[in-house]
Amino acid sequence: MKMAKTLYDKIWEMHEVRRDDDGTGLLYIDRHLVHEVTSPQAFEGLEIAQRSLWRKRSILAVPDHNVPTTGLEHGITDPVARLQVDTLNQNCDKYELTEFKMGDVRQGIVHVIGPEQGATLPGMTVVCGDSHTSTHGAFAALAFGIGTSEVEHVMATQCLIQKKSRNMRVTVDGAVADGITAKDIVLHIIGVIGTAGGTGCTIEFTGEAITNLSMEGRMTVCNMTIEAGARAGLIACDQTTLDYIRGRPFSPQDETWDQAVACWSDLHSDPGALFDREVVIDASDIAPQVTWGTSPEMVCSVRQNIPDPAREQDPIKAGGMQTALDYMGLEANMPFDQVIVDKIFIGSCTNSRIEDLRAAAAVIKGRKIADSIKLAMVVPGSGLIKQQAEDEGLDRIFIEAGFEWREPGCSMCLGMNADQLKPGERCASTSNRNFEGRQGQGGRTHLVSPAMAAAAAVEGHFVDVREI
Amino acid sequence: MEKFEKFSGVVAAIDRPNIDTDAIIPKQYLKSIKRSGFGINLFDDWRYLDPGEPGQDHSERRLNPDFVLNRDPCKHAQILLARENFACGSSREHAVWALMDFGIKVVIAPSFADIFYNNSFKNGLLPIALDSGLVDQLFNEFEANEGYLLGIDLEKQVVVDANGIEMEFDLDEFRKYCLLNGFDDIGLTMQYAETIKAFERKYYQNMPWLN
Repeated sequence: MKMAKTLYDKIWEMHEVRRDDDGTGLLYIDRHLVHEVTSPQAFEGLEIAQRSLWRKRSILAVPDHNVPTTGLEHGITDPVARLQVDTLNQNCDKYELTEFKMGDVRQGIVHVIGPEQGATLPGMTVVCGDSHTSTHGAFAALAFGIGTSEVEHVMATQCLIQKKSRNMRVTVDGAVADGITAKDIVLHIIGVIGTAGGTGCTIEFTGEAITNLSMEGRMTVCNMTIEAGARAGLIACDQTTLDYIRGRPFSPQDETWDQAVACWSDLHSDPGALFDREVVIDASDIAPQVTWGTSPEMVCSVRQNIPDPAREQDPIKAGGMQTALDYMGLEANMPFDQVIVDKIFIGSCTNSRIEDLRAAAAVIKGRKIADSIKLAMVVPGSGLIKQQAEDEGLDRIFIEAGFEWREPGCSMCLGMNADQLKPGERCASTSNRNFEGRQGQGGRTHLVSPAMAAAAAVEGHFVDVREI
Repeated sequence: MEKFEKFSGVVAAIDRPNIDTDAIIPKQYLKSIKRSGFGINLFDDWRYLDPGEPGQDHSERRLNPDFVLNRDPCKHAQILLARENFACGSSREHAVWALMDFGIKVVIAPSFADIFYNNSFKNGLLPIALDSGLVDQLFNEFEANEGYLLGIDLEKQVVVDANGIEMEFDLDEFRKYCLLNGFDDIGLTMQYAETIKAFERKYYQNMPWLN
């Protein structure tokens, strides 16, 4: 009898070039996504060692972290950021790599454009010098973030030295209630298993609530796997996956399509496959989520009050909670509708795809942002998404409500460009990290879904989007 | 990469769980296209009282006197002691570069985030995972003894305290071998170039849509 394997085991085996006695393997990499921040030192390293690139066509490059989202006609005004983007352009020109430069309608956030172009395919290994590479696991691809040394390693050898991680499965049983989104699901999962809950593991997400998700939703879930400590998240390949991929520029065409589909039909965990760790979550427990602290695990339902460190048994944890509340300027036991927000950010590799924009627009339509909101902005994930949203009239809905409609990029998710919070400012953000200073020094980030961010924009404070 | 030698060094402790790489090196400094010069901005938001930007003279900024790395002798620390899930978040290798550029050679914590753990070895930084009870003990010792020192012996895989008590730690054989010898991963993998080529021939024959 054939041994039952997990999806992770299968993809690993397909790509294992060799293995040492101690279990250290050499893993072949199919797709290497490259951006301006974590690549310059890798290109420089190759040059110093006089090494060439092993497989240039595996690379798809795009500037995203540093690009401005407004006033593109002036280019990048920050000279340090401009040098970094210019360096990427020069490296890509020199080595003849595919790059979507600024001004190209295909430019956008690296984890948005890969799938959008069909450059992420089931069964692939996908790497990028960015922790949110886990996003691509939505396509049953083994995808994970790497550091710059490994970027250089993949460029030079097309491989990575790796040991297999453990298998973990998170099953979200049953269907979620109306109005609950992929973001709420993944924030809830992180709240349950913790920010280190998946360390050393690859997490496969299964269950009705997961398979019911669109590819956009699945990408949101896998995107935040890293926030649960796991480098990679996976979702099995099914008809939803195939429907999304078919006909995209980098997807297989004609007879190779059929051949590929036949191969991809095996990209799921076999019945009876063993997982090192199993977590089962009841979908009906999931309400709209809001983070209240400075780690994504500091999250709860918008209907609950801000947690009280006095009720935490573990003194280190209680101390961490109090530090977080102090930083966030919040009181224990405060209801969320008393938490007044200053800025709204809809964007990032977590939530900047067309469905995210539609969900936010559906809440905003015919309404205005609250007077107290200093800035509300929408940053589409790519030029193509921006174009599609404009074709659907979503830009008008946002602009009429008082939002700014920006150009694509990472923007205020990490604030490497001018889009930042000022000290003390509070933001309802659809991004992925609420760390201290993440969106600007002293800034206070609350992670929410696009619909919840839109609702906060209208009300000026957090509210259950299902009740407005 | 330099060979990792046995040493004894000053310890600095930061008593927080889940320290993220954004805290270790904030985003504005990631715009650099170099691998060096990040040490002055290690833990920038905690270390300075005023905001910083790349290119400015950081020696002119106001230091936070309460932050451990601003105090003597911890400003010369070579060993950082921290709580669980150290260096979670962003994959930025700049976090490793910043620690090393400051002078840190070893980080001791109950656990590390996977990407950081991996990045450390590529640069000769040794992350040591010790049982959280032992880490508690080291925190207590650090609080009680100014100028607290620890010894690190990679060959023997032990942390040694002032009384000569040895605390063993686990480490992958391959990683240990690379650190002790200062080996460059890429050079090692290039030895298998023919194996990779043979793999590719078969791989693309089976999956032509990827070629």
